[in-house]
Amino acid sequence: MSNTEHFSAIDYSAFPNAEGHFGPYGGRFVSETLIYALDELQSIYFNLKDDPGFQAEFDKDMAHYVGRPSPLYLAERWTRELGGAQIYLKREDLNHTGAHKVNNTIGQALLAKFTGKTRVIAETGAGQHGVATATVAARLGLKCRVYMGAEDVKRQALNVYRMKLLGAEVFPVTSGSRTLKDAMNEAMRDWATNVDDTFYIIGTVAGPHPYPQLVRDFQSIIGREARRQCLEQAGRLPDALVACVGGGSNAIGLFHPFLTDESVKMYGVEAGGLGIETGKHAAPLNKGIPGVLHGNRTYLMEDENGQIIETHSVSAGLDYPGVGPEHSWLKDIGRVNYVAINDDEALAAFRKITKTEGIMPALESSHALAYVEKLAPTMSKDQIIIANLSGRGDKDILTVAGLDGITV
Amino acid sequence: MSRISQHLSQAKTAGKKILVAYVVNGDPYPQATLPTLHALVEQGVDVIELGVPFSDPMAEGPVIQKGHERALEHHISLRGTLEIVKQFRATNNITPIVLMGYANPVERFGYAEFAKAAAEAGVDGLLTVDLPPEEVVVLKGELDAHGLDNIFLLAPTTTLERAQKIAAYASGFLYYVSLKGVTGAGHLDVNAVKEKLAGFGQLTDLPVCVGFGIKDPETAKAVAVLADGVVVGSVLVEKMGSMADKSANEIAAAVGDIVGSIRVAIDSI
Ligand SMILES: Cc1ncc(COP(=O)(O)O)c(C=O)c1O
Repeated sequence: MSNTEHFSAIDYSAFPNAEGHFGPYGGRFVSETLIYALDELQSIYFNLKDDPGFQAEFDKDMAHYVGRPSPLYLAERWTRELGGAQIYLKREDLNHTGAHKVNNTIGQALLAKFTGKTRVIAETGAGQHGVATATVAARLGLKCRVYMGAEDVKRQALNVYRMKLLGAEVFPVTSGSRTLKDAMNEAMRDWATNVDDTFYIIGTVAGPHPYPQLVRDFQSIIGREARRQCLEQAGRLPDALVACVGGGSNAIGLFHPFLTDESVKMYGVEAGGLGIETGKHAAPLNKGIPGVLHGNRTYLMEDENGQIIETHSVSAGLDYPGVGPEHSWLKDIGRVNYVAINDDEALAAFRKITKTEGIMPALESSHALAYVEKLAPTMSKDQIIIANLSGRGDKDILTVAGLDGITV
Repeated sequence: MSRISQHLSQAKTAGKKILVAYVVNGDPYPQATLPTLHALVEQGVDVIELGVPFSDPMAEGPVIQKGHERALEHHISLRGTLEIVKQFRATNNITPIVLMGYANPVERFGYAEFAKAAAEAGVDGLLTVDLPPEEVVVLKGELDAHGLDNIFLLAPTTTLERAQKIAAYASGFLYYVSLKGVTGAGHLDVNAVKEKLAGFGQLTDLPVCVGFGIKDPETAKAVAVLADGVVVGSVLVEKMGSMADKSANEIAAAVGDIVGSIRVAIDSI
């Protein structure tokens, strides 16, 4: 399957198709009540996405509210230590609110504004997407409720308080496994109930069509900038891209603008948890099978009866049993390599980058960086890796301290 | 003609309203289900909707979610559900059974294998909440090949144009979701149901049953006047959940009492 020639021949912009399918993946697996809302969202999005006025407003917010473009930073000391490829970090951690999530929430909030809806809802795992949603809601004066698994409410107390300060209501979800997937179920239920006045801001490239497409489009600003910056700073394209994959939004955002560049290899890094072989992980692309959850067909972690099983990762933002459908397709066609990094490797990378570069990465992003630790030494010094530093680690300090046995 | 169509057209000829009852297989414990299904029939239920437990029942309210969770604690699966239908059929070859659930367990089973096994077990139809017509094509082919009906939902947000398309895919009956929301919600508006059903009624010869939010005989009657039948679910599941420490016969009798009172109410129309 490693016939790379055909990768440049694929028209990636033709995916998803009109029904929202990426090959066998994606689609719209929702109850009838939501079809109308998805049709409405789709028609609004398709009308606006190429509209110069809409694009200008998005660009303006990206520049003056988020602080884009985010830098592409050559990590010289780390590069020297690993002794292989030059490592550039795409600094999404420097965005307002501290992660790539805000690119998407700004985009969707603009759509919400055009629909005239007065209330937004979101699901969140680590709380980064919840914070980014609460932030745009505050700015636009929209009512905001964020669904969060009761377990995650405990794990991410700092972000819960941030959301409350921003005026959002945080709703702890006690059903099922009390984590991100259950928060998403609950948000879908809310949406079906309040579909007239509510806009659902999904936080990653999952969910029913058109969400995987529109979230990808908003996040692709990461890859468009990185491509331009790399050409400016290094005079050529990178050889490899590395990004962590929870639902897959920061990864697709970086990858998508490079998909037709055959020479650019791509690595999506899933959460290996305690080790793929232990079953305690969150790596459906490494160890799952295709199924249907949360409105789309994609690789899932499930048992032999088709029940979704609990996942494990030290990072709440990667702790999800599914993955965006476009990644499932990119895996099957062989365009992107999906690998896994365990909790302990991610934690080691967190400490290493903090000490070596003075940058404290989110535990999610630390998975990508841990893979760079393995990849860079296998490449030559004139080669280039771009790693997506999807968010900053401030939110994880209490987790890391806890693992060190320290109460802050 | 399928068992569902046959049964429902008999009811129609007799001028009777259709009563559909939903319980979750294996809730609150596996031995409770079979006696409950028989009690439902004795108390006048026309169609049994047997819920297939799923880890992520996205369209259910808290009451039925808990029903799924209780059943899953006993590891009840789609295969186990077919087994219960088989046991039910040992003594009842008349009452139609529709399995209601979510796509993933069926995907995992395999569409073709599932349709064959379901037909052999004595299942009559399938209502997959998260398989709208756009995504059901392949499965529908398999269901058709095995004479299984494909039941679809219509919602308050469904346009007439879309309802036409859904009706063209559907067989057995159509299930109108009475409100925007999840199962067990408390804001059913009879006038809104009336308006919407008037439009849908023109589109199809299939019976239309109305469910979500029907909790008592009075509401059941008010809604049944407007439709071919009613679906009750959450009120039964709630009762069963509260009786987890009771015997199967006690549970069956209690659930039977509830549907019996609803039967009386809709027969008085
Ligand atoms: C910093 C950061 N990176 C990555 C993720 C994972 O999401 P995705 O795979 O959609 O980028 C999260 C999710 O919370 C996050 O907070």
